[in-house]
Amino acid sequence: MMTAGEKLRRFFRTDQGVGLLLVSPTALYALLLLAVPLIAIVVISFLTQTGVRDFAPGLSLVNYKEALSDPLYRELMLRSLMVSGSVTVVTVLLAFPIAYFVSFGVKPEQKSLWIFLITIPFWTSYLIRVFLWKVILGYNGVLNSGLKLVGIIDEPLTFILYNVNAVIITLAHAYAPFAILPIFVALEKIDRSYLEASRDLGESRTMTFLRVTLPLAAPGVVAAVLIVFIPTIGDYVTPKLVGGPGGTMIANMIQTQFLRLNNAPLGATLAVLAMLIVAVIAIVFLIVGYRAAGGGKKGGRG
Amino acid sequence: MTIKAKPERKPLISLQNIQKHYGEYHALRGINLEIGEGEFFSLLGPSGCGKTTLLRTIAGFEDIDSGSVMLAGKDMMGVPANKRPTNMVFQSYAIFPHLTVAENVAFGLRKSPLSKVEKAEAAEAALNMVGLSGYGNRAAHALSGGQRQRVALARALVLKPKVLLLDEPLSALDRKMREQMQVELIKLQREVGITFILVTHDQEEALVMSDRIAVMFEGEIAQCDDPEVLYRRPKTKRVADFIGVMNFLPATCRHEGGKKIVNIVGLGETEITEEQCPEGFPEGAATVGFRPETLTILYEGQTPTHREAPAMIEEVVYYGDMTYYDVKFDGVDTPVRLSMRNLFGRDVLEVGTRARISWSPGALVVFG
Repeated sequence: MMTAGEKLRRFFRTDQGVGLLLVSPTALYALLLLAVPLIAIVVISFLTQTGVRDFAPGLSLVNYKEALSDPLYRELMLRSLMVSGSVTVVTVLLAFPIAYFVSFGVKPEQKSLWIFLITIPFWTSYLIRVFLWKVILGYNGVLNSGLKLVGIIDEPLTFILYNVNAVIITLAHAYAPFAILPIFVALEKIDRSYLEASRDLGESRTMTFLRVTLPLAAPGVVAAVLIVFIPTIGDYVTPKLVGGPGGTMIANMIQTQFLRLNNAPLGATLAVLAMLIVAVIAIVFLIVGYRAAGGGKKGGRG
Repeated sequence: MTIKAKPERKPLISLQNIQKHYGEYHALRGINLEIGEGEFFSLLGPSGCGKTTLLRTIAGFEDIDSGSVMLAGKDMMGVPANKRPTNMVFQSYAIFPHLTVAENVAFGLRKSPLSKVEKAEAAEAALNMVGLSGYGNRAAHALSGGQRQRVALARALVLKPKVLLLDEPLSALDRKMREQMQVELIKLQREVGITFILVTHDQEEALVMSDRIAVMFEGEIAQCDDPEVLYRRPKTKRVADFIGVMNFLPATCRHEGGKKIVNIVGLGETEITEEQCPEGFPEGAATVGFRPETLTILYEGQTPTHREAPAMIEEVVYYGDMTYYDVKFDGVDTPVRLSMRNLFGRDVLEVGTRARISWSPGALVVFG
C-alpha cells in the first residue's frame, strides 16, 4: 500500500503533474489577484452603502437602475467609447504603415533592430510619458512656443491640452507599439509567393495589397484593435493628467465613486457595466474580423 | 550563339544574352535561347545553376542586368509581371489561404469582360480540366498537396496564357503522385497546346516530360537537346554525369591510317566514329563514358553480340524489376555499373562471381 506522500510524489512525475506544478504559481496569482477581486466587485455592485463601512443587508439592483438611468454616467460611458474608438482607429491606421515598412521594406537581418527601436518608448514609465505630453501640448509647452517662435501663431493653441484631443493623442502614442507588433507578425507570416502569384495573375501592386496582403493581415489588425481598444477604454491616468474636465472618462468616475463619494457599490456597478460593454464589443469585433479573414469559409478535408 | 527553336516550331520566346548578378554572384551568364510555340521545354540543373532565375526572368519577377526577353514578338523590357502573357505554377503552389478553390481559380479573371456567371463557368471548366470538378467550394487549407498543385494549374490555365511557367511543381509530391502528375501534365500540355517551361533538378522528370531540355550549370546552358540525344550523346562529361548514370574509364586515343582508335583500360582497342566524340577526337589521354544498360552479363552458353570482357561482380543492388551490378573489369580498379532486367528464370548473381560482360563500341562516348 502506497502512502499518500508516495502517491503525490508519483503524480508530480507524470506529464499532467509536471504541468500542474509549472502552472501553479501563475494560477495562484490569477486566482488571488484577478478572480477573487473580480468576484468581489461583482458582489459589491449588488450592495447598498449606508455609512463609511456599513452596507445595507441583502442584494439589490438599485445601483444598476441608477447607473443606467443617470445621463451623466451614460455620457461618460459614451465618451469613453468614443475616445478609445478614436484612439484605436488612429493607432491602427498609423501602426499599419510602420509594420508594413518593417516587414516588407527592411532587410531581414535588420528587422529585429527596428522592432527593438520601436519598443524604446517603453523604457520610460507610462506616467512620465503622459507628463511629457503635458509639457509638449501645454499653454507654454514645446509645441506652442515653437509655433510662436516661427510666427505661425500669435496666441497659444488651447484646443490641444486639457480636453479629449489631448487624451487621444497621448493614448495613441502610448499604445502604438502594441498595435505595430501584432500587425508586423501577421505581415511576416504572409508567404511572399502569394504576392508574386497575385502579380502573376494580373493584379497591380495596389490590387495585390487589397486582395491578398490586407485580408491575410486581418488577424493581426483584429488583434491590434482589441489590444488597443480594451485597455484604453478603462484608462485612468491619461484623462486625469491631460484630459481636463471635458476629457474625464468612465474610469475616473469609478475612482470618484470609490474614493471621494464613498459609494463603492455604485463604482463597482459602473465597473461591471463597462466590462460587459467592452466584452460585447470585443466579441462582436472578433466575429466580424474572423469572417473578414476568410475563416468562415465552409469546407473540410477530403 | 543562340540556341534556335526547332525548325517545325514557330519561335515564341527569344532570350538574348541575358546577364544577371546578385551582388557579386553571377547568376546568369549570357543566356541565348529560343523556345518554340507549343513546346514542352525543361530547364534542368543542380540547385544554384540559375534555372529558377531564368524562369522568373521570363515571368517578369527579376530585373536583369542586360539582354532582352522577347515574348510573341514583343519586347518584355520594363513590362511588369502582371502585364505579361505568362502564368506561373509556383513551387509552393501559393494557393491563397483566405479564398475557396473556386475563388482561387477565378482570381485572375477580375478584369476579364466575362459576366459573373461566365467567370464561374470558366473556373469550373478549368477545375474540370485538372480533375477537380466539384471542388470549387472547398477551403484552400482543406486540400492535399496534389490537389493544391492542380488548383495552381487551373488558376494559371484559366487565363489562357501564351506560356505556362512551372517552378519545380512536382518536387513536393511523393513518388507515386509525382509519376502520375508527370503523365497528366504531358496530356494536359498536348490538350491545351500552350508552351510549358518546366524548371526541375530531377533529370528523370525532365527526360519523361520534355520535348527539349536545356541543361544548365553555373548560369550557362551546357547543352540543349531532345531527351534522347541528351541521354545518348551528352556533349560534356559533366552533362553525361548529371543525366542518368554514366560510367567513366580512362583511355588513350590515336589515329591509325585514317581510323580513330581508342584503347580503353581493361576493355582493349576499338574503332570509334566522329560523332562519338562531342568535344572532338582527343589525341592521347581521354575518358570514355558508357551507360549501364549498354553492358550485359553473358550467361552460360550465350555468345556476345558485340565485344566481350571478363570481370568480377563487386556489388549487387536489387530493384525488383532490375538489378544493378557494380563490376570490376580485370586490370581496372574503378568499378563500373551495369543494369540487367530480371527476366523470368534468370538468377540474380552473387557478389564475387566471375562473369563475362558484353559491351558495345558504338555506345561509347569519348571525352577529352
